[in-house]
Amino acid sequence: MNELRELYQELIIDHSKRPRNFHPLPDPEHRADGYNPLCGDKVTVYLNTEDGRVQDISFQGSGCAISTASASIMTETLKGRSRDEVAAIFKKFHRLLTQDETGTDSNTELGKLVVFSGVHEFPLRVKCASLPWHTMNAALERKSKTISTE
Amino acid sequence: MSSVQNMAVPARLKPPSSALDVNAVRGDFPLLRQRVHGRPLVYLDNAATSQKPQAVIEAMKRFYTEECSNVHRGVHELSERATRAYEAAREKVRAFINAREAREIIFVRGTTEAINLVAQSYGRTQVKAGDEILITAMEHHSNIVPWQILCQEKGACLRVAPINDAGELLLDEFEKLLTSRTRLVAATHVSNALGTINPVQQIVEKAHQRNVPVLLDGAQAAPHLRIDVQTLDCDFYTFSGHKTFGPTGIGVLYGKAQWLEAMPPYQGGGEMISSVTFEKTTYNVIPHKFEAGTPNIAGTIGLGVALDYLNQIGFERIVAYEHELLLYGTEALSQVPGLQLIGTAKEKAAILSFVLEGIHPHDVGTILDREGIAVRTGHHCAQPVMDRFGVSATSRASLVFYNTREEIDALVAGLHKVREVFGT
Ligand SMILES: Cc1ncc(COP(=O)(O)O)c(C=O)c1O
Repeated sequence: MNELRELYQELIIDHSKRPRNFHPLPDPEHRADGYNPLCGDKVTVYLNTEDGRVQDISFQGSGCAISTASASIMTETLKGRSRDEVAAIFKKFHRLLTQDETGTDSNTELGKLVVFSGVHEFPLRVKCASLPWHTMNAALERKSKTISTE
Repeated sequence: MSSVQNMAVPARLKPPSSALDVNAVRGDFPLLRQRVHGRPLVYLDNAATSQKPQAVIEAMKRFYTEECSNVHRGVHELSERATRAYEAAREKVRAFINAREAREIIFVRGTTEAINLVAQSYGRTQVKAGDEILITAMEHHSNIVPWQILCQEKGACLRVAPINDAGELLLDEFEKLLTSRTRLVAATHVSNALGTINPVQQIVEKAHQRNVPVLLDGAQAAPHLRIDVQTLDCDFYTFSGHKTFGPTGIGVLYGKAQWLEAMPPYQGGGEMISSVTFEKTTYNVIPHKFEAGTPNIAGTIGLGVALDYLNQIGFERIVAYEHELLLYGTEALSQVPGLQLIGTAKEKAAILSFVLEGIHPHDVGTILDREGIAVRTGHHCAQPVMDRFGVSATSRASLVFYNTREEIDALVAGLHKVREVFGT
């Protein structure tokens, strides 16, 4: 049960039930679709920039609690960030998902994202948490293709 | 007689007493004894693959330790023994589905390969532009995609017979879709995503009234039901060894001899020929015409022993036991708040597909896993079925005769834990 509590932390449950920025952006500057064929998770990320910073970001889709919460917290985290900051956070977040870094202090800049520190114990769920981020990345790079986790 | 054919089935199962002794049966499956995440394993993913009885594992081990050799090739003793064991397995499969002749049994990798074989061999020669292939709305991807590929190549059209909200085939609609252009009906015997047992006898009758041959996908039927291809009168029947308590990598295509003889080979190579020159090759007779290359000998032998094992338990007992388990499970799951069963056909195999309100199946699967409970979550390779029911995925508990009421109770307790984690 402890590992489960680590995975399904209250903040994750909360964001999965009440996702923030959960709507399309009208006429977005960037947009991409993500899809995880293994579990059918679908996510669309919308993004506008201004002066090289994320001015607005939102998402829509259907997925498990981990992917929905990850998308929701991602949108909160990235608003106002520069492209370089976005890239740096994504890199750190990805490391958090795949390696055990609990107790190290490299997570301090991740803010709320540290609630995903339990995911690395569940290798099959890493893709759930990373799908929205890969999709966001594709949106920023203006790839219009559907991003697949496979 | 090779030792493999004499594979002993535990004596305690032999006298066909009335009810199935589940504790004795469980003892035959070594894998079931383990713990997962510190809990006794509750294996409810049998529709994905079933576990293997000790007798199957032993038979394969014995082949590799005592008899390993190629078949139909050598004049030496080992090759002779391997060939005999291999062909004895073919005879066991014949008897298992009550085919008329052993040469109507083709060994393939599994149901997927069996269907692809028919699509490529029968389809390539019998299907033309404007023709139609008729399937149902509850097919596994492996009984959809091979026909799509064929239809695309040939300019033919794939037609789909609809199902109702319970997950039952609408026979009238099915019948309306049978036309003078229909070249083949391909339907599942039992749905892997819904558990529905299709009215296959009627499907075959209606198709045959219009001279349309029928392929039945028996991947989910062979583990649960007694199959008689002569009574069904189907033209092709397919199943997978690994879902039928046998090894992976071995499966069966049954075809009526007159079809198989008329059909061109699927793959070329050794074994499937009777003579080869650079100018002309004469193909071997069936079944060998369709078994190019060295087959899965150990797997075939293992499958034969798995079928022996099923026969020893007896389908009467299996059907009665699983039916009781299905009723118990249906009732128990219905008590879980927010749970909706997907697939409520009157005729069902012991497959319980469900969704929990507000909780994604993927999360259900992860939490159950930590309780030692293995279920499948996702679209079950049947995305059109998911679309039909307006869900992206379900959780699925698929039961066989070694599952118990206690395991269903554990599943229900696990689902309560899921709801607790999500605060619902
Ligand atoms: C109804 C049905 N058909 C076909 C298949 C494919 O079987 P295999 O993967 O063994 O080829 C499956 C397996 O899940 C199935 O459930």
